Amino acid sequence: MGLRKVLDKIEPEVHSGGKYEKWYALYEAVDTIFYRPSSVTRNGSHVRDAVDMKRIMILVWMCTFPAVFFGMYNIGLQANTAMDAMGITAGESWRHAVIGGLTSYNADSVWDNMIYGAMHFLPVYLVTFIVGGFWEVLFASVRKHEVNEGFFVTSILFSLSLPATIPLWQVALGITFGVVLAKEVFGGTGKNFLNPALAGRAFLFFAYPASMSGDAVWTAVDGYSGATALSQLAVDGVPGLTIAWSQAFFGFIQGSMGETSTLAILIGGGALLIMRIAAWRIVAGVMLGMILTSGLFNLIGSDTNPMFATPWYWHLVLGGFAFGMMYMATDPVSASMTNNGKWFYGILIGLMVVLIRVVNPAYPEGMMLAILFANLFSPFIDHFVVQANIKRRMARNG
Amino acid sequence: MEQLISLFIKAVFVENMALAFFLGMCTFLALSKKVETAIGLGIAVVVVLTITVPLNNLLYKNLLADGALEWAGLPGVDLSFLGLLSYIGVIAAAVQILEMLLDKYMPSLYNALGVFLPLITVNCAILGASLFMVERDYNFSESVVYGAGAGVGWALAIAALAGIREKLKYSDVPAGLRGLGITFITVGLMSLGFMSFSGVQL
Repeated sequence: MGLRKVLDKIEPEVHSGGKYEKWYALYEAVDTIFYRPSSVTRNGSHVRDAVDMKRIMILVWMCTFPAVFFGMYNIGLQANTAMDAMGITAGESWRHAVIGGLTSYNADSVWDNMIYGAMHFLPVYLVTFIVGGFWEVLFASVRKHEVNEGFFVTSILFSLSLPATIPLWQVALGITFGVVLAKEVFGGTGKNFLNPALAGRAFLFFAYPASMSGDAVWTAVDGYSGATALSQLAVDGVPGLTIAWSQAFFGFIQGSMGETSTLAILIGGGALLIMRIAAWRIVAGVMLGMILTSGLFNLIGSDTNPMFATPWYWHLVLGGFAFGMMYMATDPVSASMTNNGKWFYGILIGLMVVLIRVVNPAYPEGMMLAILFANLFSPFIDHFVVQANIKRRMARNG
Repeated sequence: MEQLISLFIKAVFVENMALAFFLGMCTFLALSKKVETAIGLGIAVVVVLTITVPLNNLLYKNLLADGALEWAGLPGVDLSFLGLLSYIGVIAAAVQILEMLLDKYMPSLYNALGVFLPLITVNCAILGASLFMVERDYNFSESVVYGAGAGVGWALAIAALAGIREKLKYSDVPAGLRGLGITFITVGLMSLGFMSFSGVQL
């Protein structure tokens, strides 16, 4: 094993006193990505499991792949279809120079669509990874803690939640905010209270609304503008939609890079649920809250706001609902930790997302804000679950 | 009625005293270390706001506003420049009376609230609610609802902050940020979460 030898050769230099002492965090990160660390807990009794936090994070990262690959295909599909319709044959940016060099703009070809999508997704992911990784390693080196694989998850979720047209410097700013202010100032992975990917996205959403919302950003073609399904719903209700439900379920609609296909997300998220990495109580709570709240709005009805009549199965497939439910809400750090608390936390998200979509005309999409809001209250919910538990046991045992 | 409900919701969430206007920050930051204390203080703020905003409303409408002294035969008198002084006086008096009443009739609650009750006198959220009431020209029933709503919103915010700070006890915050510094950052991030309500039209 060549790599092992190289790592072993470097090792004495990175421990304290060595020549590259400052780079220990980076060495440790590379070492444990490729090899299982030999360090084990020494005192007390512990449950030992092959699946440690690093493996959990990597599994979550892999479970986003259905959404990643479908997302790339769909970016290309949407863009190439739009270009056909607008009569554009080629774009001008550096991205298009590469796309033109590799392939053509045929919306019927899976390969062409994949390349087009990859040229939009991969630069965003690369910038996220490099800039965010820089902050991770900087904080880890200065503060002497380990670089954590949690960043794999944060980076992929952050990139997937952005629109394909986002300028790369904004990507860098957003992930900087997410990693530094929402995570590292609290001490790194496991010590924050907001989901860093969502905090970064929310920062971009409020700081640069023009490139994060509206009708022009969702399809990666210059000058193309098309209302998203959620804004169509807000204007005309379900009859005003130009897409079929199955189209939205499979994901052939415009939207953020990884959020369009409910099917791909359910596949990845289902794997997470089966491996018991994502908490099923949260997912069930979100679904329950969403169905109940949208049912309530259906019953109330409104003459002026067509969003009131949107049924739950449309809420499920549109916008970031499925993506947020499976990947963002189940973040073990920022969610409620107690089992009963997870139900309340999930229901709060489901309630808030429908509430924001229906009664807040300023934001057609509410998943990101709903989860952030629930993140704020998750420790509070936990507090009451724990207190109730203490009270019950006091009553039982005197 | 519907209008009053929407005013209440607006005061609680959309125009949250602590997280949208950043009022009442000193107590908000200082007394949010434990959830129990935070809830006690939150209840005290709700009570005081629900009493003082309508009281100040009566004072303003009947004595201070331009032409309000018409009933006394002084139609041209405008005493609104005395507003700030009078409102804070009313708040201090109300808090004092409330304190004495609680001490006499509900000693358990009085003991639970302890020093927070007198501290509320100088809470900017309380004075702020009265000033907003004047600025937005609420009538009496609106000012009751607004006072209660502003109080509930503030209480909700401080309870959530206390929950988060209890959780953050296990964090590893850089030495220079420990204490108030990280709390300021936390509050900023919380208000990002509360932005979900900005823009709600009720």
